[in-house]
Order: sequence, then structure tokens, then C-alpha cells
Amino acid sequence: MSRIEGVLKALKGQGRKALIPYITAGDPHPDVTVDLMHTLVKAGADIIELGVPFSDPMADGPVIQLACERALVHGTSLRQVIAMVKEFRKTDDATPVVLMGYLNPMEAMGYETFADAAKDAGVDGILTVDLPPEEADEVAPLFTQRNLDAIFLLAPTTTDDRIRAISEHSSGYVYYVSIKGVTGSATINVDEVAEKVNHIHELTALPVGVGFGIRDAETAAAVGRVSDGVIVGSVLVDTIARNQADTDQLKRALTDLLHPMREALDSLAS
Amino acid sequence: MSVKLTEEMLSALPDARGHFGAFGGRFVSETLMDSLMTLEKEYARLKKDPEFQARFDKELADYVGRPTPLYFAERLSRETGGAQIWLKREDLCHTGAHKVNNTIGQALLASFLGKKRIIAETGAGQHGVATATVCARLGLECHVFMGAEDVQRQSLNVFRMKLLGATVHAVEGGTKTLKDAMNDAMRDWVANVDDTFYIIGTVAGPHPYPLLVRDFQSVIGRETRRQALEKTGKLPDALVACVGGGSNAIGMFYPFLADESVELYGVEAGGLGIDTGKHAAPLCAGRPGVLHGNRTYLMEDENGQIAGTHSVSAGLDYPGVGPEHSWLKDIGRAHYVSVTDDEAMEGFRKLTRVEGIMPALETAHAVAYAIKLAATMDKDQTVVINVSGRGDKDINTVAKLEGIEI
Repeated sequence: MSRIEGVLKALKGQGRKALIPYITAGDPHPDVTVDLMHTLVKAGADIIELGVPFSDPMADGPVIQLACERALVHGTSLRQVIAMVKEFRKTDDATPVVLMGYLNPMEAMGYETFADAAKDAGVDGILTVDLPPEEADEVAPLFTQRNLDAIFLLAPTTTDDRIRAISEHSSGYVYYVSIKGVTGSATINVDEVAEKVNHIHELTALPVGVGFGIRDAETAAAVGRVSDGVIVGSVLVDTIARNQADTDQLKRALTDLLHPMREALDSLAS
Repeated sequence: MSVKLTEEMLSALPDARGHFGAFGGRFVSETLMDSLMTLEKEYARLKKDPEFQARFDKELADYVGRPTPLYFAERLSRETGGAQIWLKREDLCHTGAHKVNNTIGQALLASFLGKKRIIAETGAGQHGVATATVCARLGLECHVFMGAEDVQRQSLNVFRMKLLGATVHAVEGGTKTLKDAMNDAMRDWVANVDDTFYIIGTVAGPHPYPLLVRDFQSVIGRETRRQALEKTGKLPDALVACVGGGSNAIGMFYPFLADESVELYGVEAGGLGIDTGKHAAPLCAGRPGVLHGNRTYLMEDENGQIAGTHSVSAGLDYPGVGPEHSWLKDIGRAHYVSVTDDEAMEGFRKLTRVEGIMPALETAHAVAYAIKLAATMDKDQTVVINVSGRGDKDINTVAKLEGIEI
């Protein structure tokens, strides 16, 4: 059983929902990323999605694009991101880490080299935004062979046939993109999300994480009611942008954001 | 080194997943997959629909002004002292460049699919103007995304687009140039996928765009083939076209791919010189990677981050290239070469002074290379240059380079 599967199973047994924060590695500086990861865990994170910065993040809004730019100013590379996970693992071997990013940095590193290094560092899952399963037949097996979960996206526009096919290629969880739009761009319609997520649950046995548009305890709880986990990204990254000068203050601000979400999710536990 | 391509092989490309060999494909976020698959299916249907094709042909004839002439550049040939140089005059198309062949095709497609809102990206502004033009013609709402730096550099085209009724969005992210405009157009499309049609201006992007744009631009090569046979009694020995994303080049090359005797030359922007790193020549100096929805040759650093580009010509200032060109390079069917900013300027001046035809700076790259090439060939051989656009838009750039204030 993968670390992701284990965590999600345990939560399910407790009737709890996963809180999955996203930050971009190297933002605001590569030296503080590992520290921030531990902060997220202390504040209640069950799984961490760690963004790999890319120069052309087409599926992201301005908040995460700027985070990528801040990270790239310091030359944050995929190899360095993997090294950060290795460092994180020295003191935390329980919290799953999913690398989330775009395909080209992986292609440039070489897929096999990347998969080996990621496994060795203690990475648990790979989510490649611009890699639909149709193009993944060369890459995804390299992940599965190493027990790395391949996590794919589902969108409001995904048809039933595709939901089934994508789920078959996925392990760990599937990531439902709650809105038509880029990250951080719009408010979610909770009723629509609920309807779609319930439908996805009918088509796959995999846990469903929901992301895009979750910005506070209220939206987290509303989405947590129908999903297995909530993914929180832009609002955290925006907090990093606003507190980048002072790491202690930044850690407090991140904690203050995540804590109420954790409590709101746990209050759903039956 | 070159493989013999048959009509049968060519009709099988791209394959069902949009691949040209190892290149192309559909690397986009899930939200766009359904739209792209629908577009692929609808286009496959309309491609065989006589009503759609008749409408497209009529627009090309009466609105774009086709066929464009194949012109014998007699003085230029004499001065060069080698092969006969012929010019395919895409600069005479409505709006002054080949871009409109594609925008009218895609805008008709949008109309047939009932989409009322059009988005497009633009670098130099030629594709933006060509899109705004056909939107005015068909009564469609038009939004053009343009890098903030290009908005500054190409203020004349920005004004033209606004006159045509388009909304121009200045893109502040990244390097503020064409690639960032394309990122933001994609982002808009993700958010408005239900009512919006994205008119991509070049043969890049996710499947089926490289196929769509190639089909609409292939009129260039089909006409050239017919005109060459009429006027010279034989096929040309060489075709030369500039390559940024590569839409004019693929439009010229595609109908000749199975004609083994015809040598194909795609000319990339060598900028300040390939060895300076300041250029926009992914086929000459890049390596395969994934950007903007397809696998193709890219300019990138060792970590897979997309590299900044440089060219005197904004229309060639792009770090990627259409996937079909990447495939043609790898199988050895087409040659990809580069000329520097300075050589392109020389080509610009030469064609202007010797033939009275002022080419776009993009086209000037093809002119510069074709002159070098023709000089090495025999007098009974022919070279066709695709004059993809006219140079009026570049007057300010040329004046600035010569230190002249207008």
C-alpha cells in the first residue's frame, strides 16, 4: 500500500477528510521550503502537494505564476525540488508528498532518472498538469513500477467515459478541478461540485480530492462534505507572497489559514 | 538521409492522437480535452462538407484575394547570378500577410460550430489583425492577447485591431511576449470553454490545431505547385520559407512533401548569431520538449525552463515550432537553417531596392537565405520564396535600426 493510500484509508476509517495544501517549491526562497512543509504538517496537512516551478504554467492563474517566477529567480530546479523532499523526509516519513507540475522539466531531466530520484527521495505521487492519460503511456508505467502514485485531473468538462478511463490510469486519488478556469480564478459553486463529485464516486472507487476555489474554512467544509479531501493552493501561495520578507510571520500566517480549515473539516467527522 | 514520402504516408499524419512521429500530441490540462476532441471530430466532418469547403474557397477568392501571384523576380535573379528566383506573393493577401488564410478558415469553423466569442494570441500583431479582421467580417466578438512588450513595440497593429473592434489584452506575465500571450489565451479558453473558439495563429498548439492550420494554409503550396507548372513547365527545385511557429512554411511545403525532387528550406531567426544564444532557432539549436500542448523542438535551459528568445522580427520571436516541422527535420525531408538579424536586414533592403517589394522582416529571413542558396544553383533551376507578408508594419523597426527618426 502506498503512503498516500494508507493515509487516505486511515482518514476514511476515522470518518475524516484529507487536508491537502499546495505550495510552490522555492517560493519565496529554496532555503525555506522544507521548513514551510513542516509548518503545513503541524497546521493539519495530511498530504502535501509541492509545486515544481515552471516558466510557462498555462493552467495556473497569476498567483501561482508569480510564485513560479519567484522560485525561478533563485534557479529552483526539479532536482533541487526532489532534494527538498529528501530533506523533509529526514524528520517526517509519514506525510505523503505529491509533486505537481508541468511535463517539460521532467522530460528535460529524463523520465527514468526523474522517477528514480523521486522514489529515492521519498516522493509519493506525481501530478502532471499537462499530461492527460492519452499521452502518458510512456511515462506512467515508470511511476507505477516504482510504486509512485500517478494522479490525474478530472474537470467539469470530463465525460463519463473519460472519468472511467482516467481513473483506471490513476492511483492514490483523483484530483477534481472544481471550476472551469485556472487556479485561483473564480468562486466555486458548491452544489455543482457536490453533484459532479457524487457522480465521480459512482464511476470510480478511488478517493476524490477537490481543488481550485477553496479559500477558507467555509468552502473547505462545504467541499469536504462531498469529497475525500480538499486541496488548497492559491490562497496559501498568496499568503506566501504577502509575507515573503519574514519567515516566522509567514509560518504563523500559513498556520492561521490552515487551522480553521482543519477544524472545519474535522467537525464534519461522524 | 531523406525518406521518400508517399501520399499514403502523408494522409495518415498526424495519427489519431495528433502525432507526427515523436512530435505533436495533446498536452493540455483536462478541462480543455473535451473541447479539443469535439473540435477534432467536428473539423473531420466539416473537412468533407462541400458547403463548408465552398464557403472557405469563396472567402479565399473574394475576401482574401486569391490566388496570389507567383512572380518571377528577374532583376534579383540576374543580380544573384544563379537559379531563377520566384516569389509567392502572400504579401498581397488582404491584411498584408498569409495569416488571413488561416483566420478566415478557423473563424468559419467557429461560425459553423455556433461559437460567438473568439480569442487569439499575437506576437507582432499580424495574426491579431488578421483575426480581428475576420471577426469584423463575420460579426464575432474578438479578444486578442498580446505581450505587454509587444503592445509597446507594435503600437500600430494594436490600433488597427482596436479599429476593427477587437479588445486587446496586454499580457504582463513572464517575458511579456508571444509565448506569454499564448499562455494567457489558453487560460482564457479554459475559463470560457463553452462559448469561446480559440483561433491559434500558427501550426503549434495541441492537436488538432497543427492539422487545422496546415490544412488552411496549404492553399499556398497548392497554388504554387500549379502556377510553377504553368509558368516554368516543371516543379521548383527549392522552396524557401521563414519559420517562427511555421505556418507559412508548412502551407508552402505540405503539397510538395511527396515530390522528392523539391528541396525544402525553413529559415529560422538566427538573431545575433546561434553561438551567442540570442536567437529564436529551436530547430537549429534546440531540443525536443513539451510546450503549449505539443511535443516539439524548443529553446529551453538544462532544467527544462523555456528560454528567452531574440529576433529582430517579432513574428519569429517564439521558443517553439510546429510539431510537423520537428518531424520533417528528424526524417530529413526538410532542411532547417538560420540567418542573423543583420543578414535578414540585408535581405529586406535587397528585395525592396531591386524588385520594389518590401517584405516583412520575418519574410526577409527567407529572402536572405534564398539569395545565398540561389547563387550556388544553376541558371535553369528555380527557387520559390514564400513572401509571407509585407514590410509596412516594420517601417518603425527598420528606421530605428538605421538610427532614423520618423
